[in-house]
Amino acid sequence: MSQLWEMIFQSEFLFSVIRITAPILFAALGAAIAERAGLTNMGLEGMMMISALFGTLTSYWTQSWIIGVLCALLVGLVLSLMVGFFALKLKTDIILAGIAVNMLGSGGTIFLLYMFTGMRGNTGALVSENILIPTVHIPLIQDIPVLGDILSGHSVLTYLAFLFVLLMWVLLYKTPVGLSIRAVGENEHAAESVGIKVRRIQYTALAISGSLAGLGGAFMSMYYSQGWNSGMVAGRGFIALAAQAMGQGEPVGTMLSSLLFGLAQALRTKVSALQGASSYLVSVIPYVATVLGLVIYAAATIRRVKKARRTKHVAAPVEEKE
Amino acid sequence: MPQNEFVVQMVGITKVYPNGIAANRDVDFNVRGGEIHALMGENGAGKSTLMKMLFGLEQPTEGKIIVNGETVRLTSPTVAISKGIGMVHQHFMLVPSLTVAENIVLGMAPTKGMFIDYKKAVEITEEYSKRYNLLVEPDKRVMDIPVGMKQKVEILKALVRGAKILILDEPTAVLTTQETEELFRELIHLKEQGYTIIFISHKLNEIKQITDRITIMRAGKSMGVYNTAEISKEEISRLMVGRDVVLAVQKDKAEPKETVLQVRGLTYTNEWNKKMLDGVSFSVRQGEILGVAGVEGNGQGELVEMLFNLNRPDAGSATVNGQEIIGMPQDKLRALGVSLIPEDRMTYGIAGAATIEENLISDRIDQKRFNKGPLFNMKAIHAESEQLIKDFAVLCKSHQQKVQMLSGGNIQKVVVAREFSSNPKLIIADQPTRGIDVGATEFIRNKLVELSRAGAAVLLVSADLNEVMELSDSLIVMCGGKIAAYFEDTSTLTDAVMGEYMLGLKSQSDEEIRRVCHEG
Repeated sequence: MSQLWEMIFQSEFLFSVIRITAPILFAALGAAIAERAGLTNMGLEGMMMISALFGTLTSYWTQSWIIGVLCALLVGLVLSLMVGFFALKLKTDIILAGIAVNMLGSGGTIFLLYMFTGMRGNTGALVSENILIPTVHIPLIQDIPVLGDILSGHSVLTYLAFLFVLLMWVLLYKTPVGLSIRAVGENEHAAESVGIKVRRIQYTALAISGSLAGLGGAFMSMYYSQGWNSGMVAGRGFIALAAQAMGQGEPVGTMLSSLLFGLAQALRTKVSALQGASSYLVSVIPYVATVLGLVIYAAATIRRVKKARRTKHVAAPVEEKE
Repeated sequence: MPQNEFVVQMVGITKVYPNGIAANRDVDFNVRGGEIHALMGENGAGKSTLMKMLFGLEQPTEGKIIVNGETVRLTSPTVAISKGIGMVHQHFMLVPSLTVAENIVLGMAPTKGMFIDYKKAVEITEEYSKRYNLLVEPDKRVMDIPVGMKQKVEILKALVRGAKILILDEPTAVLTTQETEELFRELIHLKEQGYTIIFISHKLNEIKQITDRITIMRAGKSMGVYNTAEISKEEISRLMVGRDVVLAVQKDKAEPKETVLQVRGLTYTNEWNKKMLDGVSFSVRQGEILGVAGVEGNGQGELVEMLFNLNRPDAGSATVNGQEIIGMPQDKLRALGVSLIPEDRMTYGIAGAATIEENLISDRIDQKRFNKGPLFNMKAIHAESEQLIKDFAVLCKSHQQKVQMLSGGNIQKVVVAREFSSNPKLIIADQPTRGIDVGATEFIRNKLVELSRAGAAVLLVSADLNEVMELSDSLIVMCGGKIAAYFEDTSTLTDAVMGEYMLGLKSQSDEEIRRVCHEG
């Protein structure tokens, strides 16, 4: 046990927490923006898978990581607009449309990879150092003891993920588009009655959501696992939905719950390295964390709803007398 | 006729929905500038459809709409707003988690660069709020403000968007008596400033009080326009329902027998430490209707919640035929013969997406006669629901229709059909006729009387003073969570006396109030 504590309190461990959190955070922010517009983007997992594949392939073809990342973003965006088209225009259930994308992500990618390259299951052989997303050492911070080791030396996209937390907060709370998104998500009819173009707002939110999933996918294949493989996203798209729910769609809350899941995954990696630990038991840590997180979230929600319901009768008509 | 006399002219409007239902047939509707114009009619008479067309939510199949002398095609609310028409919907079109100011500028938020200028939004809100004497708190979230203020926010929303013609769809349905009075003052203030108001309502008293002219609709057609001052309430109701609705309910004198419901010392403090029920004690006997009157928010809602186990009191007891019912699960309550007509019928009364039949049998699916082994006996279920639909005159296409497709009055009839047909010993009726049409109201009131005379105990909670005074045999008035008065005989009671107790100006002595417990 003491061995474990030692590991946890090393800066290297906290560094890995941040690294592992980044792709979850991308997807969770994507889940959050869609949810705020009243849409559940169930297809995050598949969007990450597909954009991860295209990201790594494009970077190989063009020998440019930037173009690879942009391509991944574009693929995520197109997929989310597709979901939007099915759900908003053709009126399918958005959850089902998302699940379709997920199935496309798990089966279709292997087919596409074989079609494009003749490879089966992974692109490891295509990857070289120059087409991976580069890491950055932040000039001043990297010299601070401990903190420098934790915060400096991450990939460009890792920093971008955390920057997006701020950007999304600004978007949601400080811009007219954000106000419209929140209004549409909470009361579509209210938004419509004041002339907000509800469909356009929903497509916008989905497009942002898909783009973020695309970036998460690029992070996975072009940095985290250094090449695409079929089991790579491993439920991060679903964990992201849980993180969003726990964070109640708030950018900062979503980040904190993403960090929690990142911590759980990092812990699994560490514990499984210990001697004598059952790898089967250890591998469930992130999922147990997800379930626990959702239980806590559900309990909090129930209490809130109950309170709202119970206080409904006290509409305080007495106040006006004062 | 001078062209500028009417600000709105709807000429020969016909609306046929794709499913073939004609909601409006050749309706003419004209509104003068600067008047308060009532649009009356039973639920389903076509007034909402007509107003939806004026607000651009629906397009007429035939006919034309002229606004300020100009023929217009109102293809969306945005177009209607640009023509100076605003609408305050019955179900508020507000976003609960946004502040009052944000709701008011929604869709037209003032910006500074690419960001929202929230300070400006608050300024706009305050400016309009002052100018029209509609007091709101700009920084509060809409979810935290009372209903009356929400309505003001809706009116301000329309005014900020430049509306000169305001459509109010049953604005008083959700308001307390004081809030209604306040709304009327504000509407008259708006009228004095040259605004035109179209006022949809069922309530005859309100219509008489503030409107200048009335258009009455029945079955999709206009029954004509009248000057409010020149038409009597009886005539209005005759035009609306096509027969004379007996406003006074006919009933024999009550002959109360044994006590059914006995409530003693019920006390409840809500989470904001406000004592909503303070030692409430009373009894309801077989064969009588006990009314509970009071300004809303004085504990009546909580009382009903406690009695039907939707909430738990801090202290006190309640028994039905000697059996304690506090904390008793609802199926056991129903087995004891307790029925509830809930205040919020859409949440507690029905499952909107389920069929009429499913709603009707939902309290009795356990009964043997509706089951055949592990499966339902659909034949018996159909027969039961058909019978109930007939007995309670529910206007519907079939028993398989979804309940939410019905009009408010018919939805309430479905609730009542279920609650009244289970052979109840105690009926708790919470606002049983709120927001429903005259015909359904009369029907439900008569049924209540009928059941009580047949031996049921009825506890009637109502904010409608007429209703509670006419229907009840005896009556308690609640004020500040306590019983302020008990009247054994309602026939000699006047509004003025009631008002004094309701508003807390007077209260009876403990001895007088204790008579409602019928002990010794």
